[in-house]
Amino acid sequence: MHAPLDVEGRRLRWRCRRGMKELDVLFEVYLDATLASAAQEERALLERLLELPDPELARYLLAGEVPADPAFAGLVGRVLAAAGAGPRAGA
Amino acid sequence: MSTYEFIDHTYDVIVVGAGGSGLRATLGLAEAGLSTACISKLFPTRSHTVAAQGGISAALGNMGEDDWRWHMYDTVKGSDWLGDQDAIELMCKEAPAAVIELEHYGVPFSRTEQGRIYQRPFGGMTTHFGKGTAQRTCAAADRTGHALLHTLYQQSIRRSATFFVEFFAIDLIMENGQCRGVIALDMTEGKLHRFRAHMTILATGGYGRAYFSCTSAHSCTGDGNAMALRAGLPLQDMEFVQFHPTGIYRAGCLITEGVRGEGGYLTNAKGERFMERYAPNAKDLASRDVVSRAMTIEIREGRGVGPERDHIHLHLEHLGPEVIHERLPGIAETARIFAGVDVTRQPIPVQPTVHYNMGGIPCNYHGEVVRFRDGDPDSVVPGLMAVGEAACVSVHGANRLGSNSLLDLVVFGRQAARRCAELIKPGTRHAPLPKDGAELAVSRLDRLRNANGSRATAEIRLEMQKTMQLDAAVFRTGESLAEGARKLEQTYQSFADVRVSDRSLVWNTDLIETMELENLLMQATATIRSAVNRTESRGAHAREDYPNRDDQNWMKHTLVSVEGPGEVRFEYRPVHLNTLTDDVETVPPKARTY
Repeated sequence: MHAPLDVEGRRLRWRCRRGMKELDVLFEVYLDATLASAAQEERALLERLLELPDPELARYLLAGEVPADPAFAGLVGRVLAAAGAGPRAGA
Repeated sequence: MSTYEFIDHTYDVIVVGAGGSGLRATLGLAEAGLSTACISKLFPTRSHTVAAQGGISAALGNMGEDDWRWHMYDTVKGSDWLGDQDAIELMCKEAPAAVIELEHYGVPFSRTEQGRIYQRPFGGMTTHFGKGTAQRTCAAADRTGHALLHTLYQQSIRRSATFFVEFFAIDLIMENGQCRGVIALDMTEGKLHRFRAHMTILATGGYGRAYFSCTSAHSCTGDGNAMALRAGLPLQDMEFVQFHPTGIYRAGCLITEGVRGEGGYLTNAKGERFMERYAPNAKDLASRDVVSRAMTIEIREGRGVGPERDHIHLHLEHLGPEVIHERLPGIAETARIFAGVDVTRQPIPVQPTVHYNMGGIPCNYHGEVVRFRDGDPDSVVPGLMAVGEAACVSVHGANRLGSNSLLDLVVFGRQAARRCAELIKPGTRHAPLPKDGAELAVSRLDRLRNANGSRATAEIRLEMQKTMQLDAAVFRTGESLAEGARKLEQTYQSFADVRVSDRSLVWNTDLIETMELENLLMQATATIRSAVNRTESRGAHAREDYPNRDDQNWMKHTLVSVEGPGEVRFEYRPVHLNTLTDDVETVPPKARTY
């Protein structure tokens, strides 16, 4: 399913577990596509993004609101782009 | 076996799970002066309760006349007379006070122009015992669940409850049929913790992830239900699984019932508003199982939409962009991202998707876990309680009404805390734990951590999910269920051959997911075997070969024990038709039509 991860990668993977299915699906697609090969800066950015509460993440990822922080805006764009191929059910 | 060291803790009460019910219990316990710890595998505000956008029901009567007795009638009818009427009376009667209390704690409910809590209609909610449409559902915009979690968490912290976050509960500590606490793994440090308590409250939610298409988050693996099974306790009414009529086709993401409350409607391939045929009065606002079954019939009879004629259209184009954005924020974007449609111009493709588990750990209206023992169907299991979706009180019976879920969490979280305050004097001494108390948890952890078989966790999980989706979904026959049970037994057997690639204990997500999978396999087995066993149709459990409700033989709760792949045992508990007080009369069984 996903490439073996180091301890930090596994922690990030757990933090991508959210309360909302929609966010689970989006982050999972993004993680599977990028996490193993992601640069340290991208991981640190993701870690910061994941600190946000679900409704705020939902506004950015599901409601089209653009985060004020340009780094977040970029990452949100990449997460949505990864989902572009269409979300998977059942994972 | 490796030796494991423990970090020991002692509290008056341990709550496992930090969703709405766990937090409401935690807050009540802390307010009562009991030393309380809440263990959660997720940060509390990331629990699945956050996804409850619809709202919470209570007969406040802010938008017109209402009465808790009408709410009780709706709930009993919704349950298809499998709900326990004493517990339902308590829930509906306590609802207004519980909601006002939430407002005082700080939940920002939406308001009317007069400043009262705004209430909207929701499927199955009526006035005058089925005659009118009730506006009974209170909401904090579209983020009721988050507001609830945030408020309860902050209030619990203020009252000095202790939280152990990102701790994965493995198993209960049992001694002579009594629960003494729980063993959990601190995922950050990779250390085992042994929690000793006078009372352990399981608030671990549902197990939607046993199915391929579900609206619940990935973490909904029903860990507490499986812990109860491994402790030798039965689960109740596991055959009753609610499908939400409007999960987005393929993705499973939920389109809230509020959409139909605000005027959204369903059509088939001919463009017909088919709900008019199935529920002439309630139409698109009929309860979830009625709508899900109607949709499934339309699809099975060739009137589904799409190239494969396998789904249905949900329309809100006619509402206009203003209503959509004001009353239903987020719906437009969810539909765009997960279905690629513009809801102001196009219908949303939807299909029935697993949404809620009516079944769970049997308990009484105090939250105390019960079992059938020595002829007593209400024998209390000392030291153990269950609340929320993990519990089967049973207020939802064979089918839950929308917006009764948040109510259940709040009312019974509160009840459990009250009961603990009656039973436990703060700071009472604890007996030493039994020497072998951690053995169940540790042997399981050690076995799975070192599992070196040939099948990946994800592969076994997918096989289970597909079987459940195909053979234990909205339509059920003896044949399809038996076939599903056979396949599931094989899948469960193959779990003995699972492979965990990571041997560490720190952030070993592979190991955690494998423990969750074992939990799911046990509950999937309980579900499909209970569905084979119940030869009638009631609420969410619709058997094509037994199309009628059979009160003579089946007005009773199923108790199922799971002892291994395909190894189950059944007992039964009577449904409580009696009410709690003389304030209301029993709602007598009759055919359930909308």
